[in-house]
Amino acid sequence: MNSWLAPGTWNIALIGAMVCAVIGVSVVRARRGAHVQVRAFPPLLALDRAVADSVAQGRPVYFVAGSQDIDNMQTVAALAVLRPLARKVAEAGGRLFVPTNRSLVMDNAREICRRAYHDAGRADLWRDDWVAYISDDHLGFVARVDGLIARERPGLCVLMGFFASESLLLAEGGHQVGAVQIAGTASAVQLPFLVASCDHVLLGEELFAAGASLEGDAARLGSLRGQDLCKLAAAACLVAGSLVATLADVTGAQPWLLLREAFLNVFRAG
Amino acid sequence: MIAAIHLSGDVQVWIGALLTLMVFSFLWRDNPFYKFAEHVFVGVSAAYWMVMGFWTTLWPALVLKLFPAAGRWSSPDAPVGAWDPVALIPAALGLLMLARLWPRLSWLGKWPTAFALGTTAGYSLVRYLRSDFLYQIEATIGTGLAPTAAGRWLWQESLAQLLVLAGTVSGLVYFVNTREQRGAYGRVARWGLLVLMITFGASFGSAVMGRVALLVGRFQELLGPWLGIL
Repeated sequence: MNSWLAPGTWNIALIGAMVCAVIGVSVVRARRGAHVQVRAFPPLLALDRAVADSVAQGRPVYFVAGSQDIDNMQTVAALAVLRPLARKVAEAGGRLFVPTNRSLVMDNAREICRRAYHDAGRADLWRDDWVAYISDDHLGFVARVDGLIARERPGLCVLMGFFASESLLLAEGGHQVGAVQIAGTASAVQLPFLVASCDHVLLGEELFAAGASLEGDAARLGSLRGQDLCKLAAAACLVAGSLVATLADVTGAQPWLLLREAFLNVFRAG
Repeated sequence: MIAAIHLSGDVQVWIGALLTLMVFSFLWRDNPFYKFAEHVFVGVSAAYWMVMGFWTTLWPALVLKLFPAAGRWSSPDAPVGAWDPVALIPAALGLLMLARLWPRLSWLGKWPTAFALGTTAGYSLVRYLRSDFLYQIEATIGTGLAPTAAGRWLWQESLAQLLVLAGTVSGLVYFVNTREQRGAYGRVARWGLLVLMITFGASFGSAVMGRVALLVGRFQELLGPWLGIL
């Protein structure tokens, strides 16, 4: 018999549906006016001051949206940060350079920046070539961006999105010219480099919350709330599951053994 | 005793060595040699990826599916495949992408971007739900807090398991973004941050060793094939 579900994946469908439902309800509630408070992120608080200082010194701002294409969620999150950042730079009358290594990212980033400068009433200042495609090769991309940074001497470098080995090379380039560096990535392998070399870092999930926090969009704040509820539910399941497993081990009683089996069946990954 | 230098006569080795030195010169400061290497690197890599994109994606996934006979141009002996009308969908989306070149039609270019984003989001939801959510929970609760072997309580494993649980839960609490980290809740979140920082420290050390290995590789290339010292 044909089945819509692969054998043994009912729990993934169930939990996936529950996660989607919680996030969906949270989005609807936020859109209807439910208040969603987002905690303060120090890197974002530092952004205003860094933009103002950079522009006051006549130095440009550099933004790198990671090294992946537009279909990577971290790139999407990075572009969500670019929108309010571009507005801040435009309002301050500064120059914003966005070197990219994917054509689609370039196209979207250019549209975002152009609109931000237009909305800030500084369309006259904007130049399309400030958002440029360099190369798909991430090390070729870094070689060029580091060269540009050395020559343009930006006052602020913002590195957001997915990074691989180029993270430290980019951060080092900004450090060499004394730029304030604000970074954010959900790439666990690269986070240590950014933490060590940048002034402020958005850790993991904070990157996805940053755009919503800066823009205050109700739907995205609602989504954030839904995700947080799921995280707390996961934490509760972890504690409960561990306690049940421990009691099953220690007592060997049938009810605890059955309950442990039920827990493991619900959370079986494959 | 200083080893004798035997310079390579291979042009490729010379190009590699000189470009390596030009890139290393950036450690001193930005200079014309670095700029030259930078432009060569960007130009070559952009061209390389364009050619790769054509032969690994466009040619097999689009051209050969819409025009199977074209396969004879690249592989005369290979069997001709069947015409696949499904390839018309990515072809249409690709053409819509080009609409961005004309300002009046640029809105059409949003459709392929939306398609790529939507499919990736849907695909990633299941993948991450399994790997980052279910698997983490399964691995954490799979072993209880009081593991035993041959009737003996393994207190070291027990402590490790407790640390894993506390670290995971406090890490999750740290990443709850819609609540201020104050009071007892804030202390749990700070513990989570501490766990993250310790993990980053360990990961940093390991990755630095990887970078040193890359540097050693470049020096081996310079001292071996180029200068003939090694």
